[in-house]
Amino acid sequence: MTQSVVVQVGQCGNQIGCCFWDLALREHAAVNQKGIYDEAISSFFRNVDTRVVGDGGSISKGKICSLKARAVLIDMEEGVVNEILQGPLRDVFDTKQLITDISGSGNNWAVGHKVFGSLYQDQILEKFRKSAEHCDCLQCFFIIHSMGGGTGSGLGTFLLKVLEDEFPEVYRFVTSIYPSGEDDVITSPYNSILAMKELNEHADCVLPIDNQSLFDIISKIDLMVNSGKLGTTVKPKSLVTSSSGALKKQHKKPFDAMNNIVANLLLNLTRLDQMFSDAFSKDHQLLRADPKHSLYLACALMVRGNVQISDLRRNIERLKPSLQFVSWNQEGWKTSLCSVPPVGHSHSLLALANNTCVKPTFMELKERFMRLYKKKAHLHHYLQVEGMEESCFTEAVSSLSALIQEYDQLDATKNMPVQDLPRLSIAM
Amino acid sequence: MSIVTVQLGQCGNQIGFEVFDALLSDSHSSQGLCSMRENEAYQASCKERFFSEEENGVPIARAVLVDMEPKVINQMLSKAAQSGQWKYGQHACFCQKQGSGNNWAYGYSVHGPRHEESIMNIIRKEVEKCDSFSGFFIIMSMAGGTGSGLGAFVTQNLEDQYSNSLKMNQIIWPYGTGEVIVQNYNSILTLSHLYRSSDALLLHENDAIHKICAKLMNIKQISFSDINQVLAHQLGSVFQPTYSAESSFHYRRNPLEGFKDPALYTSWLKPVNAFNVWKTQRAFSKYEKSAVLVSNSQFLVKPLDMIVGKAWNMFASKAYIHQYTKFGIEEEDFLDSFTSLEQVVASYCNL
Repeated sequence: MTQSVVVQVGQCGNQIGCCFWDLALREHAAVNQKGIYDEAISSFFRNVDTRVVGDGGSISKGKICSLKARAVLIDMEEGVVNEILQGPLRDVFDTKQLITDISGSGNNWAVGHKVFGSLYQDQILEKFRKSAEHCDCLQCFFIIHSMGGGTGSGLGTFLLKVLEDEFPEVYRFVTSIYPSGEDDVITSPYNSILAMKELNEHADCVLPIDNQSLFDIISKIDLMVNSGKLGTTVKPKSLVTSSSGALKKQHKKPFDAMNNIVANLLLNLTRLDQMFSDAFSKDHQLLRADPKHSLYLACALMVRGNVQISDLRRNIERLKPSLQFVSWNQEGWKTSLCSVPPVGHSHSLLALANNTCVKPTFMELKERFMRLYKKKAHLHHYLQVEGMEESCFTEAVSSLSALIQEYDQLDATKNMPVQDLPRLSIAM
Repeated sequence: MSIVTVQLGQCGNQIGFEVFDALLSDSHSSQGLCSMRENEAYQASCKERFFSEEENGVPIARAVLVDMEPKVINQMLSKAAQSGQWKYGQHACFCQKQGSGNNWAYGYSVHGPRHEESIMNIIRKEVEKCDSFSGFFIIMSMAGGTGSGLGAFVTQNLEDQYSNSLKMNQIIWPYGTGEVIVQNYNSILTLSHLYRSSDALLLHENDAIHKICAKLMNIKQISFSDINQVLAHQLGSVFQPTYSAESSFHYRRNPLEGFKDPALYTSWLKPVNAFNVWKTQRAFSKYEKSAVLVSNSQFLVKPLDMIVGKAWNMFASKAYIHQYTKFGIEEEDFLDSFTSLEQVVASYCNL
């Protein structure tokens, strides 16, 4: 089986990462009764004999000795990472896999990307190489970060290029938290758009998420369940870890630039078919988006628990008429089944969609950017960093404009009748 | 008269397991109306055809299991061993870790050449175990990456190395509403390649078997296990020993011989050759009487035409092509596949 390495960058990235590792351990604990280090666990954890000094402690089979997360933790402030290392998960992280600094990036993409990027480039590369060496078949890097700040946004996107150059064959999946409209970081539009250009060029797949959507979902869950476990129930990454039925990661992009995937996680709080309906409604997305009224390029459905192929097929057939797919991919579904349900639930559905409904979010972000940029507000904080020029800004915003235009062109095809193109004719 | 089964990819391996299970349980089940002697002959023939004998009496399937990910093969190996009735050979598997990402090009151009020697060696060992080898039964899907791409590659190799043996490919046609985004690409690439190297293509559609489960068997929550068992049942009844019109006392007919005519050329067949009847008095798997119809007909044209059409639409917008050219399958290769399949459709239509 293959392994993945999680790279958590910045305050937001590390906080989410922490929840992820906690959930991953609980998921495995729920099914791995005998404490055997099996292939499922090895996809995210190493098994280490802590008595051995240095690097020789890895154990590949048999009983679990000490699990270490396949993770690299990066932050230019110490606060969050220190808290993690003093908390209940402290033994899960290998202290050699941390990179921290003291001063922070000041919510400035340029500081994160240019200053800390060049300062820590070698260390970053070394940590990545180490984590790759511990894998016998590394398939993917999962990067978690926010877009609005300085470290997650700047340094988080800097390391994408490092990963691309050093490990071109390994996928780079990025979970990006986008700033909501009422973000308290004034320069978050700058940071986000500068970061987006990097994501467009160096990420294989991006799952954009915004805080407001997460709050809305949690309020709904609270209303239904009345248990108020904030922050732990909805973690998009939780679906990617699984036990004996591992999920195949086939996030296919039809064209290189279209790598923004809208994620939607439904836990079983409702009936099975209702779960499918909810997966496509705008109230349950992890981003403020309405996929039903936009165009689908492709959609992946991953179900966990006691859900059979007939349930899946029935629901696809039921919902398909109300969804619009691009003309050349009318049956653009990828389906997969995993018999192991998530911990504490009987079944769940993860819907990942490549859909033009991300466009409004991007357009809004661009507007906020332009409002600041026209007045040259706060620009000097960026330009005074070595290596930053105004061209960085203009290139970033034109990269975003080009992306919006591609989505526009697809949207224009939305309500047109599907025309079959003339095929080859054979002379008999 | 032994057949070596090659199970490729997740689908191929899951079905293969159900087929061997169905064959053996049929062979152990009640004999129906036939005599004891006939039953014994039936059982012996079935065993010899699909299983080889081990010292402690547990039959070993004459099968080679190939997959680019370990979990399905591991599951099938342990399921077979747990049954206590039969098992797979210890060294009959070939596995990798990474999978093929539902990409035909990856299965065909990367995994194929890389693992050619190892896979062909395992197959050769299995063939050498047979006293009288009649041919290959290859089980694969056409929508994914390993079964389809690596399956096409292996079939081609079998054609090169065992050109005198018969090869029949059991292919699973994916759900029309979509299971894998690029299933149409993978399907046309698979079919066009197999037309050149296989002797017979036996097709089963997921949609069709799903309907059987729903309408004829009234299963409420249909699982892949149900689907595979129905399929195995059908295949089992095709392959179990039967008599043909001429030879009445020996179960020695080569089941693959009936499929000697390649899938394309039927227009010049004389009626007497076109329809073969095989029968046996022995009951099949709890049914007192059963019949199986295997036909080469124009039935295929509509689904094939639809798949070619969809793949063509996608190809015209160049969607996902970069995933294939990355591994050496160029646009010309796609065009070649389209051309051969349009020819097949035209040939069937002209009948």
